[in-house]
Amino acid sequence: MSRTLHTFKGGVHPPEHKSESNSRPIHAAPVPRELVIPMRQHMGSPAKPVVGVGERVLKGQLIGEADGYISSAVHASSSGIVRAIGLAAVPHVSGLPDECITIETDGLDEWIDHAPLDYRAMEPSDLRMRLRDMGLAGLGGAVFPSAVKLDPGARHHCPTLIINGGECEPWITCDDVLMRHHAGDILQGVAVMRHLLGSTEILIGIEDNKPEAIAAMQAAATMMDFAVEVVTLPTIYPAGGAKQMIEMLTGKQVPSGKLSTDIGIQVFNVGTAHALARAVHHGEPLISRLVTVTGHVLRPQNFDVLIGTPMQVLIDLAGDRDGSTGVLMGGPMMGMPMPHTIPHGLQPVADRSPLVGDLGVPVVKATNCILVQSKELFPPLPKALPCIRCIRCADACPAELQPQELFRFAKAGDFGRAQEYHLFDCIECGCCSYVCPSHIPLVDFYRYAKSEIWTREKEKRAADLARERHEFRQFRLEREKKEKAEKLAAKAQAKRAELAATPADERAAPTDADAKKALIAAALARAQAKKAEAAPKNIEHLAPDTQREINEIEARRAKIREMARQPLEPEEKT
Amino acid sequence: MLTAILVMVALAVVIGLVLGWSAIRFKVEGNPLAEKIDAILPQTQCGQCGFPGCRPYAEAIAKGEADINQCPPGGEDGVKKLAELLGVEPKPLDETHGTPKPKSVAVIDEQTCIGCTLCIQACPVDAIVGAAKQMHTIVADECTGCELCLPPCPVDCITMVPVAEDLPHWKWKHPVIMLKEVP
Amino acid sequence: MPSPFILDRSSVTQVMAWVLAALLPGIAAYVWLFGPGILVTLALATVTALAGEAAMLKARGYPAKPFLLDLSAIVTAWLLALSLPALAPWWLIVTGTLFAIIVAKHLYGGLGQNIFNPAMVGYAVLIVSFPLQMTQWPGPLSLTDAPLTLAQSASVIFGGDLPKAVLDAVTMATPLDALRTGLLQQYTVDEIMTRPIFGHYGGVGFEWLAGAFLFGGLVLWALRIISWHVPLAFLAGIWLAAGFLHFFDAGRFGAPWFHLFAPSVMLGAFFIATDPVSGATTPRGKLIFGFGAGLLTIIIRTWGGYPDGVAFAILLMNLAVPLIDQYTQPRVYGTDTRRSKAPPA
Repeated sequence: MSRTLHTFKGGVHPPEHKSESNSRPIHAAPVPRELVIPMRQHMGSPAKPVVGVGERVLKGQLIGEADGYISSAVHASSSGIVRAIGLAAVPHVSGLPDECITIETDGLDEWIDHAPLDYRAMEPSDLRMRLRDMGLAGLGGAVFPSAVKLDPGARHHCPTLIINGGECEPWITCDDVLMRHHAGDILQGVAVMRHLLGSTEILIGIEDNKPEAIAAMQAAATMMDFAVEVVTLPTIYPAGGAKQMIEMLTGKQVPSGKLSTDIGIQVFNVGTAHALARAVHHGEPLISRLVTVTGHVLRPQNFDVLIGTPMQVLIDLAGDRDGSTGVLMGGPMMGMPMPHTIPHGLQPVADRSPLVGDLGVPVVKATNCILVQSKELFPPLPKALPCIRCIRCADACPAELQPQELFRFAKAGDFGRAQEYHLFDCIECGCCSYVCPSHIPLVDFYRYAKSEIWTREKEKRAADLARERHEFRQFRLEREKKEKAEKLAAKAQAKRAELAATPADERAAPTDADAKKALIAAALARAQAKKAEAAPKNIEHLAPDTQREINEIEARRAKIREMARQPLEPEEKT
Repeated sequence: MLTAILVMVALAVVIGLVLGWSAIRFKVEGNPLAEKIDAILPQTQCGQCGFPGCRPYAEAIAKGEADINQCPPGGEDGVKKLAELLGVEPKPLDETHGTPKPKSVAVIDEQTCIGCTLCIQACPVDAIVGAAKQMHTIVADECTGCELCLPPCPVDCITMVPVAEDLPHWKWKHPVIMLKEVP
Repeated sequence: MPSPFILDRSSVTQVMAWVLAALLPGIAAYVWLFGPGILVTLALATVTALAGEAAMLKARGYPAKPFLLDLSAIVTAWLLALSLPALAPWWLIVTGTLFAIIVAKHLYGGLGQNIFNPAMVGYAVLIVSFPLQMTQWPGPLSLTDAPLTLAQSASVIFGGDLPKAVLDAVTMATPLDALRTGLLQQYTVDEIMTRPIFGHYGGVGFEWLAGAFLFGGLVLWALRIISWHVPLAFLAGIWLAAGFLHFFDAGRFGAPWFHLFAPSVMLGAFFIATDPVSGATTPRGKLIFGFGAGLLTIIIRTWGGYPDGVAFAILLMNLAVPLIDQYTQPRVYGTDTRRSKAPPA
């Protein structure tokens, strides 16, 4: 390779554990009896359900539409009947449920009508909207809606397009096997990206621990009608981080708080490129993805999985073993522990008895790996000791932060200082925790600080809104009072003027007070007449329980009138 | 002797002019301290502090007429921030003004509501919509949980419902690292 | 417990164990050149430190096992013991060690919380309080007629019932002391350097001891337990400051090589100033910290009231660490400049 590679600062070399799962061919996982499809699988607003309970849906049918620009649609992964729309367990570290559509599959796997897109003939904005409605989102982990990333923005083109085949997380091999077996499809997707972004330089970065994938991609690259450079990168975690890959390939750093497109670079995961090719050339929305099932299972391997398949189904396929201590979605560095729950509704997975520890949460677009833990593979972490400021974390940090200072601030709740020390440039890669000799869960502290800062910002906005509304109310009350006073004054003025206009002798008889009394009497008479008129005409010939209800309400009204009549003494005193 | 007096007088005049000029030049509208205090207060507008709203309480604190520990919705955290701003020692919340409660919103039982509008008049942030003899409802996003609508309701149809934690509002907890032995 | 779920094999214990291991060449050289008395001092300091640590952990409600096994107390004990004269009386060792562990370490919050290097605090307390006893350095074996055995050293340390004449025969002024008193007596450096205690660069024996510490330090650097910044800057500070003075008046100021090869400098540069807890953390901060400590060492040696200044220099720089760190924050990924200015306090 002629390209000179750059390096990023920091990084670590955890044991790779790739060979367990990358040698077996890709297996298509069967259609499960039940699919649980969350509406929030991507960054941005969750999708809005557009089907009803009991409705039959076909494979690839839109069941949740994108809500807004930064959003993505959700589709039925197989044909069947919608059994429930509502809260169900989702793969989230909190264990909290979220809105999902549950489909009982009918085993027919019947496709909805679909056709390839002639993407070259389409308006770019139309194409992007189509891709959004086909549910395309980044499959590397962040699940950012791809349509948004495919918008080159005001610059109208993005000169450099980087395809991320780094896959630096230990254990995970789904991108590796995808590149080995579907290199051509990936590059077809890259062609669409290139078309939309107007890129002139296309780089595919792959770590050197995946020689088969590199060879396959290089072979496929020669078949394309545009130049693609497959670049071999040294194996170092987190070389697959977007910012780190950009720096290694181009030597440029994405400015803090900006997007890579601001320096003319866009990065996509290989899985996203593959999904894009399926969408454009086959008209298939994003309803399946490759998932590595590895760790403490009998046959670690990669499956082609329908979105919404319960994770336990895959663990069973790969051979469940006794002694599992937990399941991670993702790798050991950035993965999230999955809550152990029985799937919502219906009979759980297959015909097995629902054991405690069954993993009912579904595979979502972000699920690149299901890593089953055991005591041997993942021994319990040793207890944390105090920070000794050895700054191994700072040496390992690929974002060039000072983790020990951020830890200090986050622990003390000094979030302002944490932000000044660029807390939000932390990519939560886990390098700092990995090298910490005191075994402090540093990343946890940063996640805590970030979420605390976001909550406080939200609270601040709510307080600002409340203040604004309160001030407006004060202003409104003031204004109403003033208007009322003015109106009364004007009325009195008019009345007096009227009286003044009448002859003097007539005026002599009724005094001012008399006139007022007469006015009040007249008003009372009017009000009574109005009341009689307004009496509802539907209260005759009522059913007994309706009558009872009316009586109850009348009783309450009477009580209120009673209360209203009583002067508000205690309040007046204060 | 005379020179000294002249010098002192001249100095006084010059300094006086500078002071006078800066008083005009750097005049600050409003009360910046009350402004800063108001920014810390939670804007619940609940009046538990004994003042009709957060702003009057802020002004009272600024004038030294009220203590900093009278705001239960702000909690100990709020007291701490006020103490930091004013450079005084933080103190525990004054129990006579109430105790902090989990964030709640008011919910109107629409079956029982008689449409009397009393709660609408009580709401400090206009978060209740409805009209006379129409059923009322609360805009949950704008409700501050001040509970001011509870007492006026003649039929007790308003309840405070704590805000349940859901996925969008979930946050990471402070990590627990046990160094000390818990007795 | 969220990610990451795997850890590197490193631990505090491992770090501290390497530091102790790296001190072994120095200790071996010490025994070889100055007799086995240092072993008694080391053992006494170790036992005292562990006892003090255990007592303080218990008093503060912390579990004893993980903190005793982290070996940090032993590191403190050894660093202090190696700074003390090898024939210092037992109560001096115990007092210094206990002060280091109890006051300088645990009263500041224990492991990781102390702003001052505990060993240097212990040393400073002793030299301020007991300057006389702090001069009981055994002379190099090559210069003494009847070196003390281990048992004799122990009896000096514990009872001191050795005849004063015998003790006087084995103790000797250190080269730094000799230089200092010589200069006070209006001798020139060249005249002083002709005395038998002075060797090629430093003192006889002392220069080899310094070399052994240097070797241990380089091992630590090769293992990446310490970074090169602090030692290099420290040595550079000493060399430049001493060289500057020596260049202007070689008669009144010692040669830079002489200053570098005093054992306390090598021990300080590689083992004490590199203490992560009380030292600077940023790369530029480490350079400033090390250089400042070197500079102050020479200043104190030249004009101060004590023959050696390493301990005070490091303590003074410890004091400046928060300031140094705050103003030397390194550039963060994706930002154009270094953190331009410190945030308002």
